[in-house]
Amino acid sequence: MNLLEIKNLHVKLESEDKQILKGVNLVIKPGEVHAIMGPNGSGKSTTSYVLSGREGYEVTAGEALLNGVNLLEMEPEERAAAGLFLAFQYPVEIPGVGNMVFLRTALNAQRKARGEEEISAGDFLKLVREKAKTLKIDADMLKRPVNVGFSGGEKKRNEILQMAILEPQMCILDETDSGLDVDAMKLVSEGVNALRSAGRSFLVITHYQRLLDHIKPDFVHIMAAGRIIKTGGPELALEVENNGYADLLEGVV
Amino acid sequence: MAELDVREGVDRETIETVAGMGAYKYGWSTEIEMDYAPKGLNEDIVRLISSKNEEPEWLLDWRLAAYRRWVSLEEPHWAMLDYPTIDYQDQYYYATPKSMAVKPKSLDEVDPKLLATYKKLGIPLKEQALLAGVEAPEGERRVAVDAVFDSVSVGTTFKAELAKAGVIFCSISEAVREHPELVRKYLGSVVPPSDNFFATLNSAVFSDGSFVYIPPGTRCPMELSTYFRINAENTGQFERTLIVCDRGAYVSYLEGCTAPKRDTHQLHAAVVEIVILEDAEVKYSTVQNWYPGDENGVGGIYNFVTKRADCREARAKVMWTQVETGSAITWKYPSCILRGDDSQGEFYSIAIANNAQQADTGTKMVHLGKRTKSRIVSKGISAGRAQNTYRGLVSMHPKAADSRNYTQCDSLLIGDKCGAHTVPYIEVKNTTSRVEHEATTSKVDEDQLFYCRSRGMDEEEAVALVVNGFCREVLQALPMEFAMEAQNLVAISLEGSVG
Repeated sequence: MNLLEIKNLHVKLESEDKQILKGVNLVIKPGEVHAIMGPNGSGKSTTSYVLSGREGYEVTAGEALLNGVNLLEMEPEERAAAGLFLAFQYPVEIPGVGNMVFLRTALNAQRKARGEEEISAGDFLKLVREKAKTLKIDADMLKRPVNVGFSGGEKKRNEILQMAILEPQMCILDETDSGLDVDAMKLVSEGVNALRSAGRSFLVITHYQRLLDHIKPDFVHIMAAGRIIKTGGPELALEVENNGYADLLEGVV
Repeated sequence: MAELDVREGVDRETIETVAGMGAYKYGWSTEIEMDYAPKGLNEDIVRLISSKNEEPEWLLDWRLAAYRRWVSLEEPHWAMLDYPTIDYQDQYYYATPKSMAVKPKSLDEVDPKLLATYKKLGIPLKEQALLAGVEAPEGERRVAVDAVFDSVSVGTTFKAELAKAGVIFCSISEAVREHPELVRKYLGSVVPPSDNFFATLNSAVFSDGSFVYIPPGTRCPMELSTYFRINAENTGQFERTLIVCDRGAYVSYLEGCTAPKRDTHQLHAAVVEIVILEDAEVKYSTVQNWYPGDENGVGGIYNFVTKRADCREARAKVMWTQVETGSAITWKYPSCILRGDDSQGEFYSIAIANNAQQADTGTKMVHLGKRTKSRIVSKGISAGRAQNTYRGLVSMHPKAADSRNYTQCDSLLIGDKCGAHTVPYIEVKNTTSRVEHEATTSKVDEDQLFYCRSRGMDEEEAVALVVNGFCREVLQALPMEFAMEAQNLVAISLEGSVG
């Protein structure tokens, strides 16, 4: 069974008549880590937004299935409850809402949607403390309003904390490495690696090979002009690192 | 254009969800036999109310003087409120359950129907029987309640226990009979009958309300509260609350109110007076949840309220906290007269206007004494087609040397058919005082909502979370049990408002 299956996905921006994705095909099986690389404007982030249900995009053809169910007909919160998670490139600030409150509201909303019982305050606290420790997130960061006044590294660590607590099946990381120094990148990668399991898959969107030194992918895809133009193993990322995209892009409009 | 379309798409969807929801929880009414005074307002009605309450001559004269003055006044229209002319002769000014004709001596004698009404509202009118020496379980703080039903107080809890501490907590009609010297001394001393059109009306026809006296040096052993319920149709509620906090005393007072869903408007014109003497402190918290009318503006309470605290002596402190979610029309400016040197006033407000609601609310900080301090934190939220106005006065008088005010006034808009207005009046008549005013207006951010939804919250939950975050400073100022209620109320009031 495929965990995520993207078939011939065509997407245009609603605000302007501009086709961004022009037939993306991708199959991710449980436990796999896939990386998407590609130059700016190739459609990497759009792919992540469309999968998670952000408004402003129109799917003109194709489909995306999570465990065989059409994602594109679901509300963003239904996708989350079904096991999809997007670690944002730019995590959003929510003034006045404590990080813990946010996490607990999100977790309980998902549990409710799946017909599970809400987590007790005590169990939740235990869970958060345990997960926060591995990501070196201190008590103060848990109390502060969501992402308000967080440094770039703190924001990204916070995304991974959310991921660790919500335990999604399909994790999409949208340029999680952008704006991170070496140490922060290591922390974030360790957080992600700790979550790797036979049932959980990752789609890692990045510009740079260096993140993939830490989070080792099974497959690397090169995206350009709204399509995946080449797929290979980790060596493909190294090739990009050494030669740039120019060779690969030759012949692609 | 495309972005607008998306927003409208969200609107339609959520409006449909909410249509089937019936957000106002307290819209039911109690079937009970009532006695009404004849419809309309004249001197005979004033006399009737006075005699029902077995009042002394001086109070009747006081009421009549107010009534005669009121006849000569015109209803003010400076607020940013648009409503049809109120016909003051087309409503009842006094309505009481028949079972209250003979005043119950204790709560045990109160009509079970009335007790059931408050139970259904979630207001405990039973005193928890506690064994001597046994502490109340943690987290279960006791609150004494005065329950006002239409024109009368049906009962007050914990009176005996409060009396042991010297605290007087009873209906104002009872206070007039039992403690005339206190009432006579303080009634109208903060809000005189001549104050404004609605206060003058209230002075003429107020039927009941609560009275609180905290003796010198006493910390009131529990929180006090009044719960106002309008039940009768075509009947106005005119209650009067008088709180006197003597030197060095402290009290925290809570006020809640609800009314049935009806398709006619009902008038509520209350007066609250608070007198605070040297080194005393009063916290007054309100959760105003009168019926707001339906989504088309049919029905709902017209809420014209005068609330004022007089920090009469040095170092007196008052804190108003209000969560205004109900009423079709809100006209309300809880004020602080900072008369004593070093006295302090604070005002924390959340005002939510959804659908066709209109709110014109704020505060007045009148600095008269030296080194007086005030702080205003106002959070206005507008949704649907609602109009929400913050109107506030900060006045530094010539003698109020070295005084300070800080005002923060934030407005949040949900959707594109509502309005937020900020009207600050600032008067500074000395050279040593400092006044700061900060104001912001923002829209609920689509990115914030998407972020919450991508984590599993539905749209309503996401809006509630973001708005509660916006209101946090004010919610934190509320007593704990009230804060939870207010937080839920914020969510309920905004159901169906996403844009």
